[in-house]
Amino acid sequence: MNQRLIISIARSLLLARWRQTLVAAIGVTFSIAMFITLLGFMNGLNDMLDDLVLNRTPHIRLFKEIKPNPDQPVNLSESFASSHNFIESVKSSGGRLDIYNSGAVMQAIRADDRALGLAPRVVAPVLYNAGVVDINGIVNGVDVVAEVSLFSFNDYIVAGKAIDLKNIPNSILLGKGVAEKLQADIGETVFVTTSRGEQVPLKVVGFFQTGFMDFDKIQSYTSVETAQKLMGKSANYITDIQIKLKDLNLAPAVAKEYARIFQTDAEDIKSVNAQFETGSFIRSLLSYVVGITLLIVAGFGIYNILNMMIYEKMDSIAILKATGFSGSDVRRIFLSIAVSIGFFGGAVGLAIGLVLSLLIDQIPFNTSALPTITTYPVNYDLVYYVIGITFSIITTFFAGYFPARKASKIDPVVIIRGK
Amino acid sequence: MIRTVLEAKNISKNFHDPVTIQVLDRINFSVNSGEFISVIGKSGCGKSTLLYILSTMDTDYSGDLVIDGQNMREKKEAELARVRNEKIGFVFQFHYLLNEFSVLHNVMLPGLKLGKYSRQEVEHRAMERLKILGIDDQAHKNANQLSGGQKQRVAIARALINDPLIVMGDEPTGNLDKKNSEIVFDIFKELAEVYHQTLLIVTHDQGFAENTHRIIEMEDGRIVS
Ligand SMILES: Nc1ncnc2c1ncn2[C@@H]1O[C@H](COP(=O)(O)OP(=O)(O)O)[C@@H](O)[C@H]1O
Ligand SMILES: [Mg+2]
Repeated sequence: MNQRLIISIARSLLLARWRQTLVAAIGVTFSIAMFITLLGFMNGLNDMLDDLVLNRTPHIRLFKEIKPNPDQPVNLSESFASSHNFIESVKSSGGRLDIYNSGAVMQAIRADDRALGLAPRVVAPVLYNAGVVDINGIVNGVDVVAEVSLFSFNDYIVAGKAIDLKNIPNSILLGKGVAEKLQADIGETVFVTTSRGEQVPLKVVGFFQTGFMDFDKIQSYTSVETAQKLMGKSANYITDIQIKLKDLNLAPAVAKEYARIFQTDAEDIKSVNAQFETGSFIRSLLSYVVGITLLIVAGFGIYNILNMMIYEKMDSIAILKATGFSGSDVRRIFLSIAVSIGFFGGAVGLAIGLVLSLLIDQIPFNTSALPTITTYPVNYDLVYYVIGITFSIITTFFAGYFPARKASKIDPVVIIRGK
Repeated sequence: MIRTVLEAKNISKNFHDPVTIQVLDRINFSVNSGEFISVIGKSGCGKSTLLYILSTMDTDYSGDLVIDGQNMREKKEAELARVRNEKIGFVFQFHYLLNEFSVLHNVMLPGLKLGKYSRQEVEHRAMERLKILGIDDQAHKNANQLSGGQKQRVAIARALINDPLIVMGDEPTGNLDKKNSEIVFDIFKELAEVYHQTLLIVTHDQGFAENTHRIIEMEDGRIVS
């Protein structure tokens, strides 16, 4: 009963000053609309870039690097076990480029609960034959089905179909840059020279474009089997295993574990893309800062209006207190006014923010990096809307707090005596 | 059954502005139920100050104030507000109606705050009181559309809404012309005679005072008779 009465008094006071109230509410509306639009847009960009890098990058990559053996013979000798052994100019010994016992390794990873899946690769260095000149290049033998499901492989494809790599034997998917140099069209045959000096014809089934120019000028894809053939190796020759985990945050730990167990090199997405998260974080931070700054400005507007209202309503406050309303009743009346400005202003702000987001979502946006994206990316996560309305209520609560406290402290005797 | 409604025991008050002056000096008196009392005295003798203390709005005094058997000194701000709401009706020189509300709603507000009756009942009770005061036809007008005399009558209706133990008035006819003063006085008289409402009214109008049951005369912060 008391709460309803307080709200009804708050509403009457508010409506009696609807013009000022509207101005205050518009301030809140504006800042919340900006907040929602900015966050939606910034996070849309974040998602897009996540997509560009994170979703397409394996969480863990197992490979074999040729490097000097850390276990030099002197270290194995018992007579030097307790001394520091300095060995200079250690050279790499001839090692294998493929992962040892790759079949068993893949089986073990597939059985691991933490892994979502894996995609093996065979990296084959080649020369593309373009008339009389040869161009350095790399052909990656991939398991198309795994690449599509785990690493959004289809997003890169600008012409042709990825699955044709699997269906058409001796086929190749050329980088856009490579294709331009070779002047090759889909359906035509290109020749590559393998590291063993063999010339092999491959049928072009499509083009891809990652947005990384240097990558697209050198790389091509083919099936694992074809790549193994190019290298003249057997069916268990695998140079890379790309792994996607269920939880990305486990990547560093799992990478270390795999490196130890499988005796390979391993790199994880966190270490490789450390600076990437910083970028996402800064963009989010920026939107929050702008939104909150606007809200604080709106908060001052509400503070002013409430102060003015209280100054005008001194008599009303005095008589409310004289007729039995307590200081806390009066405080709640003015806090209700502030918070309802925040709530309604904020709610309209959310709606306007959503409309602006939808508009931005319609603006054409073409980037060579992301052939599948045609308009500006926007994120509609409900969380931003919840944060927006919460912020607006909290800000207006604080803006109203001090004026409301002042009102609750008004001494009716002083006012009544002044008449 | 006559009982003591309000009792002032040794109430004194000083202002320290900037030198200490004693405005009330050991005020002792009690009000019985059904009494119609007027308080008179020269301007500045402390009548208003006393009334603000008796109405619990001013808590800065020495001595004791007992209302309905309860000592007000021990009560907190919110409890005093409750006492004012439930037991005291106050009519000021100025009407203090809220312009945001209708006449009826103004009268209802303290009743809604009390929460003893449903909204419909409070509305009904407010209408009854407006009828007694002869302004029920103005009930749905806005407070600022009324004349001075009408506004003061609304203020009296508001003071009566919770059936207070005592109605206090600080020169309630001070802002009114002769005709309206008489109307308001007749209303008080009727409240006392017909409804046995306890009334404590400060006035500077000798004629008004002479028609009440008891006159308390003040001089320089003391009761002289
Ligand atoms: N806030 C105050 N500070 C100092 N003196 C005051 C204050 N309020 C009232 N007074 C003084 O107290 C005395 C009594 O005032 P008041 O009770 O209003 O008199 P009355 O109502 O009888 O005319 C006056 O002399 C007045 O000047
Ligand atoms: Mg006075």
